[in-house]
Amino acid sequence: MTTETQAIAAIRFGTGLGADQPPDGPGALIAQFSRRDPALAEQAPDLAARATMLVEHDAARALRKEQTQAGERAVKAADRKLRRTTTWDMRMHFARAVGSPLGFRERLAAFWTDHFTVEATGRMRTLLVPDLIRTAIRPHVGGRFGDMLADTVRHPAMLHYLNQNRSVGPNSRAGQRRGLGLNENLAREVLELHTLGVEGAYIQADVLGLAQLFTGMTLRERGFHFAPNWAEPGAETVLGRSYGGAEPAAWPEIRAALDDLAVHPDTARHLATKLIVHFVGAPAAPDYVAKIARAYLNAGGRLVPAYRALLEDDRAWNPTLAKAKTPFDFIVSGLRALKVDAGLLSRAKRRDLNGQILGPMAAMGQPLMRPAGPDGWPEDPRAWITPAGLAARVDWAGRSARRWGAETDPREFLQAALGPLAPPLLSRAAGGSETRAEGVALVLAAPAFNRR
Amino acid sequence: MQDTPPRTSTGPSRRRFLARAAALGCSAAASPLITPVTFAALPTDRRLVVIVLRGAMDGLDVLRPAGDPMLARHRTTLSGGEDAPALTDFHRMHPALVDLLPLWRAGELSFAQAVSTPYRDRRSHFDGQDLLENGGGAADGALTPGRDGWLNRVLALMPGATARSAFAVGRENLLLLSGTADTSQWAPDADLDLSPQARLLLSKVYAEDPLFARAAETAFELADLTDPGETMTANAARRARALAAFAAQQLRADARIAAFSITGWDTHIRQHQSLPRALGELQAAILTLKSELGAVWGDTAVLCLTEFGRTVRENGNRGTDHGTGGIAVFAGGALRGGAVHGAWPGLASGDLYQDRDLMPLADVRSYAAWAMRGLFGLERSDLEGQVFPGLDMGDDPRLIA
Repeated sequence: MTTETQAIAAIRFGTGLGADQPPDGPGALIAQFSRRDPALAEQAPDLAARATMLVEHDAARALRKEQTQAGERAVKAADRKLRRTTTWDMRMHFARAVGSPLGFRERLAAFWTDHFTVEATGRMRTLLVPDLIRTAIRPHVGGRFGDMLADTVRHPAMLHYLNQNRSVGPNSRAGQRRGLGLNENLAREVLELHTLGVEGAYIQADVLGLAQLFTGMTLRERGFHFAPNWAEPGAETVLGRSYGGAEPAAWPEIRAALDDLAVHPDTARHLATKLIVHFVGAPAAPDYVAKIARAYLNAGGRLVPAYRALLEDDRAWNPTLAKAKTPFDFIVSGLRALKVDAGLLSRAKRRDLNGQILGPMAAMGQPLMRPAGPDGWPEDPRAWITPAGLAARVDWAGRSARRWGAETDPREFLQAALGPLAPPLLSRAAGGSETRAEGVALVLAAPAFNRR
Repeated sequence: MQDTPPRTSTGPSRRRFLARAAALGCSAAASPLITPVTFAALPTDRRLVVIVLRGAMDGLDVLRPAGDPMLARHRTTLSGGEDAPALTDFHRMHPALVDLLPLWRAGELSFAQAVSTPYRDRRSHFDGQDLLENGGGAADGALTPGRDGWLNRVLALMPGATARSAFAVGRENLLLLSGTADTSQWAPDADLDLSPQARLLLSKVYAEDPLFARAAETAFELADLTDPGETMTANAARRARALAAFAAQQLRADARIAAFSITGWDTHIRQHQSLPRALGELQAAILTLKSELGAVWGDTAVLCLTEFGRTVRENGNRGTDHGTGGIAVFAGGALRGGAVHGAWPGLASGDLYQDRDLMPLADVRSYAAWAMRGLFGLERSDLEGQVFPGLDMGDDPRLIA
């Protein structure tokens, strides 16, 4: 029998109850970080391979301009190659979340991906965002926040998304020669969203200083490149500290500024607040925030002690489910409850993936990897449980129950999916359905399954 | 999707019940779950549409102060050109809005220049939009204690308002319409597909959780009412038209207020390419409202509001960055249009806000407040006290005819 603690651990802090053994408390959740992330062992195309695909695609399109027929064939071939990779990325995105017994770790990978939102729109970012998750987020989920910050800020997907590749120091060689100038976008979001938070102690002059410090970071052949000719000369001041000197600042100085920002007390409070609001719910009590922020700062910006402080608090284990699952979490936990084989997902046809998962997820209000802005997906349950959003959840529940749950007894399904958190009324309603599939759909569509 | 074949022995009760009952010839009223609702219309014929332009629209490029000699000095690639139609001796309009020219000539289009919300200096989209929708007056973006939307507070002042009087259109939860007064939300492409029994059980289960109960009630009700012929996919290119068409459909019936948003205004790079796309959506939305509303257009005002303006100087990427002063765009047959409202601050260095942004000379909330007064006859004291706390509405710009 699943205990209440196990159910909360799996539902609130993980990807839902499934075929694997649910964690039985803070210790078991924290233990998920003692192993290396299995996702890092996958044979994924690396950044260089992805960049090559994009460069080849550019070349094919250039060829099409000159030689229509040969060019057309080349573009089609390049398209196919890109599509094979993005299909693999999407399959694995779901297969990993559904199949992994390390649900807390998976949830945190999604949490930090959202913290460092890059919209996967357009050919380049569709191909590069999965690499950002794999190389800049996942390796640091159980490590240091400063390392994650540094790796995401310099990742080509982020440089492209927040226009850093277009920012030139006005007094740099390139700026003077070609009349180019600054673009503040990345610097502003690093302060407002990634580190200090909008409440943080920074002013416009700090945005400007960080934007000047960031100049030189750009893209070449779709990879990170530091262009000294673009870098603003002289030292730059951010939050009262000076970076760089006589020589234009380069990556080591940028890294130093990011390291300082990562362990700033405002950053600690911002991250602590976000963790509470995401996992436990708003509003974040000041003493709870302070406790997590302290654990984080005392550990020099390491994340696992912050997670431990989050988990080792009675408020984390309140049996009232206050939050609404995002559409992604809803679908992943639905597939886990339905015992859909992760191996099946990792081999799914693109068409099925679109029809059965990606399309419905967009209809629920969350197109995969494409939030509406750099502040990521909303946390407020009211943003998700809208008439249209709920209609799409009901629709998916019905289709998925017919597809994967038609042989399942709804009462057993309810027990397996929610354990002791199953409300008695839902138990009666599930038993009163006309067909097994409808009973299973009812459980999936119910508030108790959509909350966490 | 696989359908269970109908069983003759149990007849219609076993038949898969498309919530769009009309399509199957079932009467929605036959379902015991749908409470018959009388949609008492508000005692007004006037209609209001608020479009939130998310991302900070560059007012200087949309309504170009072509008569200001400094414009060309600040902007070498943007906001110039003879293809922009002249509206006044001083102003030209972005060519991507050329199809709105007949509205300008007919007195159905106007602008307010050099406006902003009270939000200053942080230039965060998210805080700026929240304050725009909340209607509060704090320069730091702090919301009013109720953390609700000003349009919801308008609704609370209108006697006879029901949940169907105001519609948030689209999938997002608009702060603008959030609050204690009931409103409806719907996306033009939502669908529901349930058997009557499943629907009954689901309603019981949802009754335990108010958030789900409210959403489900509207979902069921609206799914029954939506004409299947008008369903649209959420295709980005058609999105604005679909939102506007759905808003118009509701406004032709009992709704008096509709709101939705259009994104794509954050034009940091290559603004000459990105801005026309967003303007194309805005133009399509306004023209769709006009054509779909028919005679009702004459009673309609459309307010298009954005969180702040953009930098006066072009940046290094032929774009513009987050600024302060901007414009508001108004359309509709209820307007006294063909006018650019508000004074002009000038573009010389000393005229700019913090030497980078257009100096705002008026609070954009005062235009919204006067529109509410002109459209719905709300009291000035309510507008300055409840809808926009702390606002001094100033003189009537005579926005509404």
